[in-house]
Amino acid sequence: MSVVLKAVNLVKVYTDSGVPVHAVRGVDLEIEAGEFVAIMGPSGSGKSTLIHMLGGLDARTSGEIWLDGRRVDTLSESGWALLRRRKVGFVFQNFNLVANMTVADNVELPALLAGASPREARERREDLLARLNLTERADAPPGQLSGGEQQRVALARALANRPSLLLADEPTGNLDSRNTRDVLRLLGEVHRDGQTIVMVTHDARVAALADRVVSLLDGEIVDDGRIPRRRPATGTAGEVIDLR
Amino acid sequence: MRFHLLALLAKEPAHGYELKQALEQTFGAAYPSPNIGQIYVTLNRLTQDGLVRAVDVEQSNRPNKKVYYLTARGREALTTWVEEPTEGPRVRDEFYMKLILAPLTGIADRMALINRQRRHYLGLMRELNELAERTDQANRVALLLIEGAMLHLQADLDWLQRCQEELL
Ligand SMILES: Nc1ncnc2c1ncn2[C@@H]1O[C@H](COP(=O)(O)OP(=O)(O)OP(=O)(O)O)[C@@H](O)[C@H]1O
Ligand SMILES: [Mg+2]
Repeated sequence: MSVVLKAVNLVKVYTDSGVPVHAVRGVDLEIEAGEFVAIMGPSGSGKSTLIHMLGGLDARTSGEIWLDGRRVDTLSESGWALLRRRKVGFVFQNFNLVANMTVADNVELPALLAGASPREARERREDLLARLNLTERADAPPGQLSGGEQQRVALARALANRPSLLLADEPTGNLDSRNTRDVLRLLGEVHRDGQTIVMVTHDARVAALADRVVSLLDGEIVDDGRIPRRRPATGTAGEVIDLR
Repeated sequence: MRFHLLALLAKEPAHGYELKQALEQTFGAAYPSPNIGQIYVTLNRLTQDGLVRAVDVEQSNRPNKKVYYLTARGREALTTWVEEPTEGPRVRDEFYMKLILAPLTGIADRMALINRQRRHYLGLMRELNELAERTDQANRVALLLIEGAMLHLQADLDWLQRCQEELL
């Protein structure tokens, strides 16, 4: 297995507010190709800060980040922008959709930027929007969408350029049960197709899809491991419920 | 299972196998599929307690089969079960007892206990995800039962996180 993403002793100290805030305190992480990793932890434990650094959206204070065997924490902003176009899909906690573009264009743009032909980009967009139950909203501007709909558009956009790494910050935070199910299904499918995923979530249904869960507390990893399987998936279903 | 069977018999008299099928059809894979032996043991107890009455029905070429009827006392017991409030959340959570008491004795540390418990809950959640996928999407009764279990589990995990924030 090849390592897609590696963080070595990664540190983030925010200093802009006067008193330094130690948001991430020395994180070591290795993520292999095809792995689905969920990051959990209380509010303020550094989850967004960590995933932003991993995607080059926030500069690290110290430590190293390696993507596909290449050191990237030393890249300039434009270097990162190029890299993200080709290799990384990012879903923001607050969506960050382009307000004056339609939903369809928001989703197509990253594929076009990554070098896809207009036809490929359109087909990919149609497929993703359909799978997230958004086809009818394709021509609307994001501002007219509910929070849950914007969140799903943000996920579609992040997957549009078939990134080798999907980074997502609470991609189901604003979703009701039914829409969470659509998102879960899509994530499950792209994961089965080999998509590497690192995702911040407090939703246990989403985390339970992951191969591995990393728990943060006060900017440090306090647990990192696989979710255990008690017995084959065909075991008597009722016992699960019975435990409650 | 006593009251589940009484409720089905309040709808119509039935024999043991029909009760098993009715439970399975109503709750789908989300119900711990009862084996037929358990059902007969329960029916015998209910008969001894006077809550149901068994009537032999002759069958050609086969041994008699028993059809079970709800008695007046059975209906009373069922009504009491329906009307009394159902057990709420667990106040003396067993895991919490371990979490507080074990470190005092040096047997385990809290971080390890919480981490292990979180992984266990997530494993259960994964089974519920898989169960929901296997369940007939038209069976709303079964899906709601699973969703309820998921929401309980989410609450347990949120609380585990609170414990980690407060105690460590
Ligand atoms: N730009 C900033 N300047 C100063 N401090 C910041 C900044 N961004 C985040 N922080 C602080 O860093 C810590 C970690 O924040 P972060 O947003 O990474 O937490 P989180 O785990 O994502 O929380 P949540 O679950 O609420 O999204 C917090 O104490 C936060 O207040
Ligand atoms: Mg955050």
